Amino acid sequence: MSAWETVIGLEIHAQLATRSKIFSGAATAYGAVPNSQACLVDLGYPGVLPVLNAEVVRMAVRFGLAIDARIARQSVFARKNYFYPDLPKGYQISQYELPIVAAGAIEIVLEDGTVKRIGVTRAHLEEDAGKSLHEGLGALTGIDLNRAGTPLIEIVSEPELRSAKEAVAYMKKVHTLVRYLEICDGNMQEGSFRCDANVSVRPVGTEKFGTRAEIKNINSFRYVEKAIQYEVARQIELIESGGKVVQETRLWDPDKGETRSMRSKEEANDYRYFPDPDLLPLEIDEAYIEAVRAALPELPDAKAARFVCEYGLSAYDALVLTASRDLADYYEAVVRAVPTQPKLAANWVMGELSAALNKDGLEIDSGRLSAEGLAGLLARIADETISGKIAKDVFEAMWASGESADALIEAKGLKQITDTGAIEQAIDAVMAKNPAQLAEFRAGKDKLFGFFVGQVMKATQGKANPAQLNELLKKKLPG
Amino acid sequence: MYRQTLTQLAAELRARRVSSVELVRAFLARIEASQSTLNAFVTVTAEQALAQAEAADRALGAGRGGPLEGVPFGHKDLFCTAGVRTTCGSRMLENFISPYDATVVSRLKAAGAVMLGKLNMDEFAMGSSNETSYFGPVRNPWNPALVPGGSSGGSAAAVAARLLPAATATDTGGSIRQPAAFCGVTGIKPTYGRVSRYGMIAFASSLDQGGVIAASAEDTARVLREMAGFDPRDSTSVDAPVPDYLAGLEQSLSGLKIGVLKEFFDTGLDPAYERCVREALAVFERLGASVREVSLPNIPLSVPAYYVVAPAECSSNLARYDGVRFGHRCAEARDLEDLYKRSRSEGFGAEVKRRIMTGTYVLSAGYYDAYYLKAQRVRRLITSDFARAFGEVDLLMGPTTPTPAFELGAKVADPITMYLNDIYTISANLAGLPAMSVPCGFAAGLPAGLQIIGPHFAEARLLNAAHRYQRETDWHLRIPEAYA
Repeated sequence: MSAWETVIGLEIHAQLATRSKIFSGAATAYGAVPNSQACLVDLGYPGVLPVLNAEVVRMAVRFGLAIDARIARQSVFARKNYFYPDLPKGYQISQYELPIVAAGAIEIVLEDGTVKRIGVTRAHLEEDAGKSLHEGLGALTGIDLNRAGTPLIEIVSEPELRSAKEAVAYMKKVHTLVRYLEICDGNMQEGSFRCDANVSVRPVGTEKFGTRAEIKNINSFRYVEKAIQYEVARQIELIESGGKVVQETRLWDPDKGETRSMRSKEEANDYRYFPDPDLLPLEIDEAYIEAVRAALPELPDAKAARFVCEYGLSAYDALVLTASRDLADYYEAVVRAVPTQPKLAANWVMGELSAALNKDGLEIDSGRLSAEGLAGLLARIADETISGKIAKDVFEAMWASGESADALIEAKGLKQITDTGAIEQAIDAVMAKNPAQLAEFRAGKDKLFGFFVGQVMKATQGKANPAQLNELLKKKLPG
Repeated sequence: MYRQTLTQLAAELRARRVSSVELVRAFLARIEASQSTLNAFVTVTAEQALAQAEAADRALGAGRGGPLEGVPFGHKDLFCTAGVRTTCGSRMLENFISPYDATVVSRLKAAGAVMLGKLNMDEFAMGSSNETSYFGPVRNPWNPALVPGGSSGGSAAAVAARLLPAATATDTGGSIRQPAAFCGVTGIKPTYGRVSRYGMIAFASSLDQGGVIAASAEDTARVLREMAGFDPRDSTSVDAPVPDYLAGLEQSLSGLKIGVLKEFFDTGLDPAYERCVREALAVFERLGASVREVSLPNIPLSVPAYYVVAPAECSSNLARYDGVRFGHRCAEARDLEDLYKRSRSEGFGAEVKRRIMTGTYVLSAGYYDAYYLKAQRVRRLITSDFARAFGEVDLLMGPTTPTPAFELGAKVADPITMYLNDIYTISANLAGLPAMSVPCGFAAGLPAGLQIIGPHFAEARLLNAAHRYQRETDWHLRIPEAYA
C-alpha cells in the first residue's frame, strides 16, 4: 500500500458588509420577511440595469492589499448564464477572465509552529443568488430574493493545502483577515462566510494531481475539517480498491457525517460567460489604491509580530491574542492600564477571561468585564495585595457581580498578609500545635515543609504572602 | 392641424391657438381610423391622454409647462410605462404592466409630452419588417401591401400617416433608420450612451440605443434635447452635457466635408434609390459642402459580426423571461423544466427563438473564441475604420437601405435576405456612432432615405446638416395620399 498526499484548494465566499446590494440600492440586512428587500433590479424586471456599488470595490481592494496581491487596474464583470428559479435574470453577474484581485498570498501557522505561505490565485466580486424555500409549502417551492444581489467576494486559493487541518488554518486566517478589514461580519451560521473545497489525493512523490471532487457550501470550520477528512478517506479507499475518483460536485451532510454526490461533470452547465454589456470595465487608478492602502488597519501578522517584540510574548500567545481585532484591542487596553505586566495580562486574557467568555457563550466585546476592570485585578496581583490563587476567586466574583477588584478585596478582607510579624505569629502557632511533625522535619523529613506551608495558609485563609511565608518558614523550622 | 410639424404644434400650443385636448382628440381620431389598416399601435391610452392633455392646457394657461407641453406623443412598446402595459411586441409580455417608467418616458413626461399610446414593433425589437410582432404586422402608410420596416415600424408608420407628430424608437442594427427610410420620415439614433437605456427593454445591450422618429430634423432635435443626458441608473450612459440641439440648426454648411461611403454603393443598391441619394448629395454641394468618396474596408464584415454579437447578448438578456416572476407562464407546469420549456416556447415567436438559439450557440464552450471574440475584434476594426474616416471628413453619407420598402411576406421565409436589409445601418451600431435617416426622394413611388453618420456625440452636426437639407427640400413634408 502506497502513501497518499492530500491536495486541497479552497474557494471562500465572503459576504461583503455593505448596507446596500452590489448592483442596486436595496438593503442587505439578514432575516427580513421574504422578498421585502428585493427591488426591481434584484427581481430582474424588464428594462432595469445594474449600477455598481462603490463600497464593494473599496472592500475588495482592501482585501487585495491585505494579502499583498496585485489589484487589477481594469477588471471586467461577466455574466454566468444558467437557469434557476432563485436566479432572477437567468445569469449571475460575476467576474471571470479579469478579476479585481489577482495573485496574492496568505501565511498560516502549522501545528508544529512553522509558517506556510498559501498562494491566493484570485479574488473576484459577484452577486449572490436568492434562496429556494421548501419548508411548509407542501409540493410548492417558494422563492425568497432578499439575498439576490448581495455582494460576495470569492477568494480562490492555489491547490497548496495538504491536510484538513491546513485547510482549516487557512480558512480561519481568511476569516480573521476579513473581520480585521471590516469587510465581512464573518457570521457563518447566516452564511456570510462559507467555502467550497476541492479535494484530491495522489501518491506521495508524484507531480500530477489526482481527479478532484468539489465539496460545496460548507459553513463551519469543524465541517470543513470533517468533510475533507471524510472525502480524503473515501478517495483513498476507492482508489485502493481498484476504483476511480470521478470529477463531481459533492455535498457535505453534517447529520450523516459524509459527503455525497450532487452532480457529475457530464451534467455540468456550460455557463457561457461573456462580459456584461450593461457594466463598463471597472477602472482603478494608483491614487485610489494608495488612498485605500493608507486607510488599512494594522493586520494580524504585523500585530502579532509587534506583540512579540513590544510585549515579550511567545509567538503562540501573540497568534492567539491577534486572532481577532477585538481580542487584540482588549488585550492592549489591559496592558495600557498595567503597563509593567504584559505577560500577566496575556495569561489572564487567554486563560480565565477566555474560559469565562466561552462558558457563557459571550464575545470579547460583550462588555461583561471591561479591560480596565481586568487591569484593576492584575494591578493587585502585581503589587502583591493578593496572590494569584486568591485572584482567581476575585475574578469569579467580579464576573458574577460586575464589581471592581478593589471593592471585592476590601469587602471580603482578601488582602494579602505581608506583615512579617503577623506571618511569624501564625507560624509560631502552627509549630506549637504540631510538635510531632516539627520533630520529624527536624530529623530530616524535608517533605513536611509543604505541610507547614499548608497549615499556615489555612490559618490565614490563604492570605499570607507565599514568598514571605517560604522565607520565614525556612528560617524558623530548622530551629 | 395634423399636417404641422411638432415644432409648429408646440408653438401653437404655447400661443394657445390650439388646446392640447383638441390636438389629442384629433390625433386619437386619426389613430382609431387607421388602426385596422396600419395596426401601428399595440395599446391606445385615450382616457389617460385626455386627462394629461387637460392638465397640460391648465399649465399652458398659467404660463407654465415644459418645452413639449401638451404635444401628442407615442412610445415604442419597449419603453416601460408605469401602469400601461409594455408588451415588447411579444406574447411573453402580453399582459406585463411595468411598475415604473423608463427614464426616457419620465423625461418626456416632465417635458410635457402627452402619451397617446404604445407603438407596435417587431418582437423584442428583432426584425426588419415589423412582421415578427405578436400583435400582427404594421403596414406601410404609402402602400398597405408593403412593410413599414422594423423594428420601430409602429413609430415610423404612425409619424408617416400623421397619427402622431413624433414617437420614441430604438435602434440596435437600424431599427430607427430603416423604418424611417421606408416610411419617408426622419429618425435619429444618437451616440451609444447619449440616451438612457434604463427602462428600455433590452435586446442587445451594447448596441441598443433609444432615439426618436418625427417629421423633420428640427422636430427630432426638439425631442432629443429632452430625452438625452446622463442617467445614474444606466452605467453605460455618458456623463457629458447635452448641447442645445436647436441652437446650431441654422448654421451654414459651407466648408463641411462629407464622405460618401463607397462600400454602400458597391452591391445590391437599387438604381432609382441611388439616384435619390446622389441628388441629395448634390443639394449638400450647393449648400457649400464638399463631397468625396471614402472607403471603409471592413464594412462588409458588419452583418456577420452583428449577427453574432446581437444574438449572444439577446440570448442572455431574454433568459429572465422564465415564467417565474412576470410574463407568460404556461398552464399546469409539471415541474421546473416543464415550466421553463413551455413558458418560453409559448411566449416567444420564431425569430426571437432563432436568435436565442444562435446566441446560445456562439457563446458555448468551444465556439466562444471562434464567434463572439472574433466578432468583437471585427467590431474594433470597424470602429477604427470610422475613426480614420472622421479624421478626414466631418460626416459620412449614403443610402439608409439597399431598396425601398418590400412586400409583406417577401422575406419572412429567408432570414438571411431579411438580415441583409440592415447592411448599411448595422455598422453605426457596432461603432456606437450617431446616425440619421432623412427622406431624400422617391424610388418608384416609394420613399428613399439618406443616411448621415457622424463621429461620437456629433448629434448637433448631424441635425444641422439634415435641417439645412430639409430647408432646401420638401420630401420630409410629403404625406401618403390616404392620410393627407
